[in-house]
Amino acid sequence: MGALKAENIRKQFGENVVLDNFSHEFKEGGVTAVLGKSGCGKSTLLNILMGLQKPDGGSVILPENAKIAAVFQENRLCENLTASANIRLVTGKIPRETLSKEFGAVGLSGAENKPARTLSGGMKRRVALLRAVLSEYDILFLDEPFKGLDSETKDEVLHYVKEKIRGKTVVFVTHDEGECKFLADEVVRL
Amino acid sequence: MKKRVKKAAITAACIAFWLILWQLVAMKLNSRFLLASPIEVIKRLFELVVTPDFLKSVMFSAGRILLGFALGMTAGCTLALLSGKVKIIRALFSPLISAMKSVPVASVTILALIWAGSKNLSVFVSFLISTPIVCSNMLEGIDSLDPKLKEMSKVFKIPLWKRFTGVYLSQMLPYFRAASRLAIGLCWKSGVAAEVIGIPQGSIGRKLYESKIYLETADLFAWTLAVIILSWLCEKLFMLLVSILQKRVERM
Repeated sequence: MGALKAENIRKQFGENVVLDNFSHEFKEGGVTAVLGKSGCGKSTLLNILMGLQKPDGGSVILPENAKIAAVFQENRLCENLTASANIRLVTGKIPRETLSKEFGAVGLSGAENKPARTLSGGMKRRVALLRAVLSEYDILFLDEPFKGLDSETKDEVLHYVKEKIRGKTVVFVTHDEGECKFLADEVVRL
Repeated sequence: MKKRVKKAAITAACIAFWLILWQLVAMKLNSRFLLASPIEVIKRLFELVVTPDFLKSVMFSAGRILLGFALGMTAGCTLALLSGKVKIIRALFSPLISAMKSVPVASVTILALIWAGSKNLSVFVSFLISTPIVCSNMLEGIDSLDPKLKEMSKVFKIPLWKRFTGVYLSQMLPYFRAASRLAIGLCWKSGVAAEVIGIPQGSIGRKLYESKIYLETADLFAWTLAVIILSWLCEKLFMLLVSILQKRVERM
């Protein structure tokens, strides 16, 4: 498959240089946490790696034909679709029982058929997470995936995600050292 | 359930209030030419319904008005999609849509009479009334499409058809619903008004015109009531279809 590489990435917004010659070869089949304070360029880096933003300099080497999945900074759910339809949109057909089990695992039992617009912020975040981890992917990008979850739910979801992403290539942006210690195999500090 | 019953009871009470008021005013005026009472109107409507002419007139007008509405929906949606995609088309059609919105129905009707005669007048008028409404509403929907969902579709490589239904159609349907609800009522109003001007043979508009000529106020009210019921039925039926589509899209 090959590794995901960032080579001399440079990005600036006006006078503000957020990424200055950033290079890294991300661990294949492992979880890389990108750690840093708010505004240090973590999400920008993730967007560049996903191909959603162009760097001012340098390049990203994405393995050929790699399928990617993501939890974005915002949930990016289709508000008029039900929670399960949002997932089926990217996963294709998935047995109802399987989906119910997955919903239950992240504390979302009974929310499957509710339109996304009626869910709370924390519930939407978990639907966005389910959509990403249940899709078929080679590389998973997670941008502050546990944002807006209370500590009890976060703990439950962290365990679920850890189990789901075992052996997969994951790039994970966070400012939380605890999440980092729990999930990451390697840490990149920005 | 309790809430629905309460709402229905309030609606029924409001309708009853206006009917009683109407009846009282009619009794006070005591003139069938000036104002027919609701009882007379309903009685006359029942008499008309069983005549062969009634169904023929309803079929004539409804068929044409709904055809105009369907053509208007198609043209409005197509134009909105093209305008949302190509800036020059948007700039080109924008003044035309604005003009179509404000042109009086009477002017359009007279023009249509000169161009195409009276038979298909209501098709043309309904089409001209519904197209700009649908186009403007749908374009508003297109403008409000979330570009971040487009990025999401790209990242997950969602197939084109699913992208269309799940991402775009699901966001557009509320706009389509609002546009069609507004357009269908206006099509009936303007379509029948056009028929009153053009008086095509066998139309509801002609019946209204004849009731004016012969001072048959009860007929005028009965036909008006028939138009209100037909318009309401068409709106409810179309909204039901849109709701079914919306539910299907919502659940994918």
